[in-house]
Amino acid sequence: MSWFKRDKGDDDKLPKLTDQERRVKTEGLWQKCEGCRQIIWKKDLEANWNVCTKCGAHSRIDAFTRLKLLLDEGEFTRYDSTLRSNDPLGFVDSKPYSERLRGMQNATNLCDAMIAAEGLLAGRKVQICAMEPKFIGGSMGSVVGEMIMRAIERAIAGREPLIIVSASGGARMQEGAVSLMQMAKISAGLMRLDESRLPYISILTDPTTGGVTASYAMLGDLNIAEPGALIGFAGPRVIEQTIRQKLPEGFQRSEFLLKHGMLDEVVPRLELKQYVATALRFFVD
Amino acid sequence: MEGVNSPENFDGVTVPGGNAAWRRVQLARHPKRPHSLDYIGRIFQDFQEIHGDRNFGDDPAIVAGLAHFEGRPVLIVAEQKGRDTKQRFFRNFGMPKPEGYRKALRVMQMASKFGRPIITFLDTPGAYPGIDAEERGQAEAIARNLREMARLSVPVVVICIGEGGSGGALALGVGNTVLMLENAVYSVISPESCAAIIYRDSAKAEQAAAALRLTAEDLKSLGLIDGIIPEPAGGAHEDHDAAAESLRTHLSARLSELDSLSADQIVEHRYEKFRRMGNFFA
Repeated sequence: MSWFKRDKGDDDKLPKLTDQERRVKTEGLWQKCEGCRQIIWKKDLEANWNVCTKCGAHSRIDAFTRLKLLLDEGEFTRYDSTLRSNDPLGFVDSKPYSERLRGMQNATNLCDAMIAAEGLLAGRKVQICAMEPKFIGGSMGSVVGEMIMRAIERAIAGREPLIIVSASGGARMQEGAVSLMQMAKISAGLMRLDESRLPYISILTDPTTGGVTASYAMLGDLNIAEPGALIGFAGPRVIEQTIRQKLPEGFQRSEFLLKHGMLDEVVPRLELKQYVATALRFFVD
Repeated sequence: MEGVNSPENFDGVTVPGGNAAWRRVQLARHPKRPHSLDYIGRIFQDFQEIHGDRNFGDDPAIVAGLAHFEGRPVLIVAEQKGRDTKQRFFRNFGMPKPEGYRKALRVMQMASKFGRPIITFLDTPGAYPGIDAEERGQAEAIARNLREMARLSVPVVVICIGEGGSGGALALGVGNTVLMLENAVYSVISPESCAAIIYRDSAKAEQAAAALRLTAEDLKSLGLIDGIIPEPAGGAHEDHDAAAESLRTHLSARLSELDSLSADQIVEHRYEKFRRMGNFFA
């Protein structure tokens, strides 16, 4: 005979939990660190800009938080925040791309996978673009391409430095060759910035792959990355399928790229602003 | 070569079928389709290959060389696939590595220095996805080419002759004029990979091919290329000579269009063209 008995009839009398309530009750307060698997009080994690207080692992932050981290007083003026893709291919997969876009726009409060802004970094006016990794994988289509181009043009017109924080799976498949050509368009813009002798600092965060790495993310006067970020051209799964063997530990992580000469430095998130400020003094003063 | 034109004689390759876009993909990859060197031999004179990136090695997936086109010196940079098994391995199935893109950039900057027009042929499934390529900076090599091609002060004519495989093709694709052969395709991702990601089933490649809008007509209507070069009936593989002749006449016309532009105008012309590309937002 058991000590406790479950009375099945009672379940129906209890108030039903909606999915929303369930999530609030179970997932709201604690978070498991991807690095050390420890449970962390979520507010502590957020206060530390999503860097684990126990092991230092960097988990992703959204574009808004990124700008607050880097800009003085967390203040900035946004540009082109209402640009929306008009679905040039009429692309349909599990659902129409236009519907997917609308869903993402509602979920993130952004029109596409980037915030373009202007603000002060250690007292110096900069043009800055931060990618939003949650918006269709932070993928780059015609809107991201245009936002960066306009940021470059503002930088040239005002003779200000450009900073782009990448967090992206690459070119946006749903815009086909249109998104592919954004790579050439942005890179041509960066050629103009280069000719104007204005600094461009590329900050690579987890993840930066595909067409974003193979265009603007690798073209900074300085390319710096956060620790442990996945950075590469081909995705790890594609490479495994091609060579049919397991990839070595740490392959395509920031530290791997640093060792192979692709990055100037790996900089922890909490030191990022100071690092960029010091670099800008070299370039501009 | 008797019966080569009949559909049942495709070297064991499935006969092109399915939707129109997928048929194009099959034609673009057809084993008998002319590759870069097939065109180079027919269109150019005095071709002399030049090798190496002066840094790591020479990549056989990209062929570069000095040549004459209708009496004038030009530089050729071309992605090259192999025909038989041995050649395919040698050319790494037309998938360039960073040293290939760096060789291409080195020779294009040389041509720019001496005021010689550049002609590039795109024909690759994509840049090579491998450990060594990543270690040597595949992404950096492609990115640098995109930026530096924008700076070249000589006319650049790009012709996609078969597979325009994403960034691996675009790394040689920043031209004043970009043309595609009628049955070539140009895409951000292969239909197979697209299907694997979106439909979680690479067998739905046919469906993905149509969705990606990757045919020459599609790219033309999206304003991403400047023109389409017609192929002989049935496709370029049916008659290499006729395909080459068609390519030659179009190249000749396009190259002379650019002749009147000064070095500064050439850079400006190329920049303006890419600046306007993909204005699909509101």
